[in-house]
Amino acid sequence: MKQTRDSIADIWGERTPYFDEQWPERVDERVTEEPDNWIQAACVLCSAGCGLDIGVKDGKMVGVRGRSVDAVNRGRLGPKGLHGWIANNSKDRLTRPLIRRDGELQEASWDEAMNLIVAKSKEIIDKHTSLGIGFYTSGQLFLEEYYTLGVIGKAGLGTPHMDGNTRLCTATSAAALKVSFGSDGQPGSYSDLDTANVIMHVGHNIASQHTVLWMRILDRLAGPNPPKLIVIDPRKTYTAEKATVHLAPKLGTNIPVLNGLLHILIKENLINPGYIAAHTVGFEELKNIVAAWHPQRVEEVSGVPEHLLYEAAMLLGKTNTLVSTVLQGVYQSMQATASAVQVNNIHLIRGLIGRPGCGIYQMNGQPTAQNTRETGADGDLPGFRNWGNKEHINELARLWNVEPDTIPHWSPPTHAMQIMRFAETGSIKMLWVSATNPAVSMPELARMRKLLTRDGLFLIVQDAFMTETAQMADVILPAAIWGEKTGCTTNVDRTVHICHKAVEPPGEARSDLDIFIDYARRMDFKDKDGAPLIKWNTPEEAFEAWKECTRGRPCDYTGMSYAKLTGGSGIQWPCNEKYPDGTPHLYTNGVFPTAADYCESYGHDLDTGAAQTPDEYRLIDPKGKAFLKAVDYQLPHEVPDQDYPLWLTTGRVVYHFHTRTKTGRSKELCNAAPDAYVQLSAQDAVKYGIKDGDMVEISSRRGSVIQPAMVGDIEPGIIFIPFHYGYWDNNSRSRAANELTLTEWDPVSKQPHFKYAAVRIRKAVAQDDEEAQAALKHMEEVITNNFKMEGA
Amino acid sequence: MLLGNYLQLVYDAEKEAVKAFNRVADKHGDEPDVYQTCQLLASWSEAHISDIQPELQLYPAKPDTTAEKLERVMFDNNEKGSFALLRDLHDLWLLATEIDICWTIIRQAADGLRDKELKDLCTKLQKGTERQIAWLQTRVKQAAPQTLIVGV
Ligand code: SF4
Repeated sequence: MKQTRDSIADIWGERTPYFDEQWPERVDERVTEEPDNWIQAACVLCSAGCGLDIGVKDGKMVGVRGRSVDAVNRGRLGPKGLHGWIANNSKDRLTRPLIRRDGELQEASWDEAMNLIVAKSKEIIDKHTSLGIGFYTSGQLFLEEYYTLGVIGKAGLGTPHMDGNTRLCTATSAAALKVSFGSDGQPGSYSDLDTANVIMHVGHNIASQHTVLWMRILDRLAGPNPPKLIVIDPRKTYTAEKATVHLAPKLGTNIPVLNGLLHILIKENLINPGYIAAHTVGFEELKNIVAAWHPQRVEEVSGVPEHLLYEAAMLLGKTNTLVSTVLQGVYQSMQATASAVQVNNIHLIRGLIGRPGCGIYQMNGQPTAQNTRETGADGDLPGFRNWGNKEHINELARLWNVEPDTIPHWSPPTHAMQIMRFAETGSIKMLWVSATNPAVSMPELARMRKLLTRDGLFLIVQDAFMTETAQMADVILPAAIWGEKTGCTTNVDRTVHICHKAVEPPGEARSDLDIFIDYARRMDFKDKDGAPLIKWNTPEEAFEAWKECTRGRPCDYTGMSYAKLTGGSGIQWPCNEKYPDGTPHLYTNGVFPTAADYCESYGHDLDTGAAQTPDEYRLIDPKGKAFLKAVDYQLPHEVPDQDYPLWLTTGRVVYHFHTRTKTGRSKELCNAAPDAYVQLSAQDAVKYGIKDGDMVEISSRRGSVIQPAMVGDIEPGIIFIPFHYGYWDNNSRSRAANELTLTEWDPVSKQPHFKYAAVRIRKAVAQDDEEAQAALKHMEEVITNNFKMEGA
Repeated sequence: MLLGNYLQLVYDAEKEAVKAFNRVADKHGDEPDVYQTCQLLASWSEAHISDIQPELQLYPAKPDTTAEKLERVMFDNNEKGSFALLRDLHDLWLLATEIDICWTIIRQAADGLRDKELKDLCTKLQKGTERQIAWLQTRVKQAAPQTLIVGV
């Protein structure tokens, strides 16, 4: 074993201080044996999207090293990137298809499994049309795979029931970008961190969630002209500890705080009237709504002291460069889209957008979430097309050579929460889940288990591991994963990376692309002229087809190729004839993709989610100006009461990703964060007679879990549980945080509310199992060292 | 002057709307978005009622024009499930549309009376009603194909 640094003990590694120059290189590497060769790829364990090479020896993955040429990370990797790859070599990979016969999952051939799926599909279509079929995919596959799935769903089957688990992590990011700018697409670039004077993190514990981006900020903090940091987070995370100003609002009060900041900026005249007039619409309405949010009222509602709010507003109001980042503390809470939009508004009214040093990162949870959105494997149409725009539907119909009416465009595509609801009522009869684990990641797990095992629901799970969801499947398809197949990924700052195949998949596992194409062939999906609908067989052919789909759209890939993506750094879209080397900043000229013929969305009522009609939009066509929109505050739908007196919030830990299907198979990552826990304040610990390490039962109206207690560094009245931990490796107790969470969602983005629920706690019966106690003690030591780094 | 009668009509209809939105919220509580949003929209109608009240003092109604009839024909099923949901959303839409035209009618009278306050109130409240209608339309469109084609 050889490693350049111990990323478990020291998450961010050594500093390379800098300012206003290219971020210095630092190559992080970890191999178990010396590789024979290195294969170019990118890390797929968060949406930072670090470039890396996979080390291969004798056809086996033996490690990774960061790519020094890559603009995203300049060689650095975090703990997940350095350790997560080991999952590929795991002994418990799925290697053969499985079919449930007489209640038991039994090995089968690919032919048997695929023919069964096809027979089932046809039977359902015969009886109920393709509205009986739904797809639930991931933020983990490659662009080529999503696009293929998108075409199958939209032009092959013609079902609107298609979404990704990106609904849980990134839907609000897309929604907020559409609301403000007319289309998805991040305005800024990670390179903005190199010069920004002020950096604001809203509901984003970047130190923990995007460790390599945080290294960049730490390097700025260590260099000349360090930036000022504003952190908005109810918990005192490590990110918050480095803040110049830390605002810790009560759960569910993002809107009051952000409206308060806008209030001060406008009142103190720290705005850019020229920019507002030339490039935005809606300022008067914004002004009216935030007028009511004077700092005193903000303090009453959110608990954020007036003077701190003022201090933050002054930093925002006086800087000429600003990077803002937003994540789950906003996206998974009340009024999610409306709150994320307020961050866009701050940049717009100050004119801090479209140039170096001024970036908005509406972050994504998962590594390839951006691709799910671009390609239409979630509720969007490929190439950021507008489902309300007939001409956009016609474009796609021409591209795929199908009748426009094949494409389900009569209403918005069905979002994941509604797909699950249709499965629950029996309206969806076949659900195809790829590379995700709703039995742990969705809210209200008792309900999820019931609906996934419902009689009459044919559940297909395509995965690399026997997840909690796979255990309930009727058919399991073993999938090849990253490193075992080729494809592209796009991160938050629109950087497209190629991931080359480094090794063969285990056993009979096949790439998701191959599986989808096989399904399309067996279903005999045809275009208008009787030719196969899916005209590609390889990832590169799929990429070429995708390029055509993006031509002239905001996410234009036409200037890229596998050859161009290979060898150097990733490339930021749009990349076309005009921008052959890609584009670091969008909207440099203050023109936004809001024109009625071009925009991705005709807009929604931010309070109700009601869709604006095309005609209504044409009346107010902003023709390239950005929207300023605001709403007033609404109380969260469930608040603590006598029976359930505490707030629960959920989040992540630095060492794990999603439901730990990959990171849980690395010994080091597991040791670093072996188990779930509940974090509570010292005051609450005294109140409920709980000591550090005690087992605690936490209950909500929907279920209960038992967790060891971790006391400190959280506001009284709030408790925190990480959501990664399910049951595949430990089913000795109820421990998945989502046993407790609520089934409800944001009206616009449809992202579920994981960030609040009313709960009660009490000390659980003492455990006398020695082994469990020892594990717990170990975990406590590790987490006492690191727990400040965890969360949202 | 019969303006008061229309104010009374819209007042009663908004009261019906509060009841109806809350009833649909409870009845279809298994649809989380219907549950949340109908409660929110009920609260808007509630606010409308208190806004109209002072105008009713100014322009009292002559007795016997109410929205009772509307309530009798609508929401007459006790079924749950997707078809019943679609019917209930449809009925809510009828009720909200009834209210919408009331605002147009009352504003005409306010214009004629040069009553700027009443006119502004109509504009403001009609906006709220329109937003209720917009949501109902969006939700109906989402539910209709699945309900009518697949059933359940
Ligand atoms: S920051 Fe994200 S992409 Fe980079 S190495 Fe860590 S997990 Fe991978």
